[in-house]
Amino acid sequence: MSLNIIVCAKQVMDPETPISAFSVDEEAKRVVPAQGIPPVVNGFCENAVEAALKIKEAEGDATITVISVGNDFVMDVMKKPLSMGADQMVLVQDPATEKLDALGTATVLAKAIEKIGGADIVICGQQASDWDNAHVPLGISEMLGMACLSEARSIDVGDGSVTVASSRPDGYEVFEASLPCLITVNNEIGEPRYPTLRGIMQASRKTPETWTLNDLNISESDVSPVLTLSELFIPVSDRQCEIIEGEDEADSGRLLALKLREEKII
Amino acid sequence: MSEILIFAEIEENELHSTSGELIAAGRKMADSTDNSVSAALIGGNQKLASELITLGADKVYLADDDTLREGIAEVYIAALHKICLEVEPIVIITSKSPIGRTVGPRIAYRLGTGIAQDCTDVSLDNTSKRVTVTRPVYGGNAMAKFTFADKNPQVMTMRLKAFEPAVPESERSGEIIEFNISIDQSEIKSKLVETVKQESEGVRLEDASVIIGMGRGLGGPEPFSQLEDLAKVFNGAVGASRAVCDAGWLDHSYQIGLTGKTVTPDVYITVGISGASQHMAGCSASKNIVAINKDGDANIFKEASFGVVGDWEKILPAFTETARELLDS
Ligand SMILES: Cc1cc2nc3c(=O)[nH]c(=O)nc-3n(C[C@H](O)[C@H](O)[C@H](O)COP(=O)(O)OP(=O)(O)OC[C@H]3O[C@@H](n4cnc5c(N)ncnc54)[C@H](O)[C@@H]3O)c2cc1C
Ligand SMILES: Nc1ncnc2c1ncn2[C@@H]1O[C@H](COP(=O)(O)O)[C@@H](O)[C@H]1O
Repeated sequence: MSLNIIVCAKQVMDPETPISAFSVDEEAKRVVPAQGIPPVVNGFCENAVEAALKIKEAEGDATITVISVGNDFVMDVMKKPLSMGADQMVLVQDPATEKLDALGTATVLAKAIEKIGGADIVICGQQASDWDNAHVPLGISEMLGMACLSEARSIDVGDGSVTVASSRPDGYEVFEASLPCLITVNNEIGEPRYPTLRGIMQASRKTPETWTLNDLNISESDVSPVLTLSELFIPVSDRQCEIIEGEDEADSGRLLALKLREEKII
Repeated sequence: MSEILIFAEIEENELHSTSGELIAAGRKMADSTDNSVSAALIGGNQKLASELITLGADKVYLADDDTLREGIAEVYIAALHKICLEVEPIVIITSKSPIGRTVGPRIAYRLGTGIAQDCTDVSLDNTSKRVTVTRPVYGGNAMAKFTFADKNPQVMTMRLKAFEPAVPESERSGEIIEFNISIDQSEIKSKLVETVKQESEGVRLEDASVIIGMGRGLGGPEPFSQLEDLAKVFNGAVGASRAVCDAGWLDHSYQIGLTGKTVTPDVYITVGISGASQHMAGCSASKNIVAINKDGDANIFKEASFGVVGDWEKILPAFTETARELLDS
């Protein structure tokens, strides 16, 4: 039996953007993309692609479809999952997606998954590094009535079922569910592989299918936001750092301890 | 009068440490608007229900059926759903604990409404009855305020330790309402097979009053023992950045940050940590931050109150030795 795997992947601003290059347009209530730093596929979404590829390697017969919802996709960026080895890609590309909140995004993704014909396993990142919601996938599972196993650090697919180890602050919990199932993953699942030259060549020949909200029979009123952004700003730290300088580095270390003692910090 | 419902978690037969924090957040909204605070206590008992009342709950919905004691999020979601359909709260608050961060979003989506995750502050407008939340976004590089549109309930999860826990007042009174809920196995799609604890020895990171933070700047796993030596001087614990855990130098249970642990020690001494916003998200509420880093422009110096710019290999031994002498004397 061939396994249908869908991976949800989001294009985000590079979270490694230096803090000095991070700026916010408070009037427009949006983050201004840093000059010359291209967007990336969200880190945990790359982990999700990696998890899907590992399942495919173990199962042999599987198809991996990547879905992304957004606007202004940078094709070179978004094709990375394909060059890593995913089979196909669907982009729900529509200016109206700019106004979506998480509930709206989950609605669109759930509809897109249905239009593809559902999946045995949906794999998502645990959270997207732009709005740090960490709940769009949970919404998808609720809407599709799927089992939901979150924060996975390992996935084992059995016969019609899946076993997942979910990260916990002090260890992990092992859960089992029947397919179909939605799984969210984080960095503990393992580094995403680098695309090979062959992978990049193959990806360059693939054209993602593109849908609009209309193609999914979604009207703007179906996805009107429940949460509206009223303010966006960069927090200011009121901490002033006192740099301790001795005759040499060892002396600075010694003086630091004395200073912390003097201030009754230690 | 409308109800603000908090989801009270139970850990090893006691109220979870976040219960007091959630009640404090709920009371902030209720007291300014003449609403009440209720708590859903699922799989609990009368004793814990009374404790919630002393902490500030006006009502406790207690469901204590045997089928509710499994400790898995999905069971709580199913039970909480039944409570919400009957009580119709205008606000639901859960904590961003491993259970709460699943229960909050899924109950919201199940009720077809919106959710704000990882909030550091909340307020309820008296006339519009709309909640505005404050939450860090973009890994903590920015702060956002979101206001809920005209749909109830308004659901939010609170960042751990964002609110000072409510102080128990033994003379407070409230109502305990028993809810008969049993969960049918067919409603539950996942099964907990095994719980594996990997607790490190010594002081727990979350409880430590002194934490030494290990960063990528240490170059490998070997310096860990030096950091441990320093931690022992203070009876503290060692934590780490994600870069250190991803490299496999330490287990992920050491990770502090947005996707790791939230810590609030009296002093957090970072060694070779650059101070990325996602790391600071887990430690910026520490009373004091101290930085040892060779790059004077590193962001950590914007967050620290004391620091040394230089090579940790030369700084740390002298620091440790002096600290030991000072604390021994
Ligand atoms: C969605 C998301 C979630 C994340 N969650 C977390 C999280 O929970 N926790 C977390 O920590 N990170 C998290 N990160 C990663 C975060 O962005 C940073 O990449 C990470 O914190 C960097 O770790 P670091 O400071 O150890 O390493 P680096 O940024 O590489 O810093 C190393 C520092 O060591 C200094 N150094 C080098 N050599 C020496 C020396 N000899 N002596 C003294 N100093 C030296 C350097 O000057 C540098 O400042 C997350 C990222 C994303 C996108
Ligand atoms: N616009 C989107 N397109 C595709 N996947 C998404 C989108 N938004 C969220 N997701 C998925 O949901 C995960 C968590 O995102 P979030 O809930 O926004 O933090 C991401 O890692 C993706 O797997």
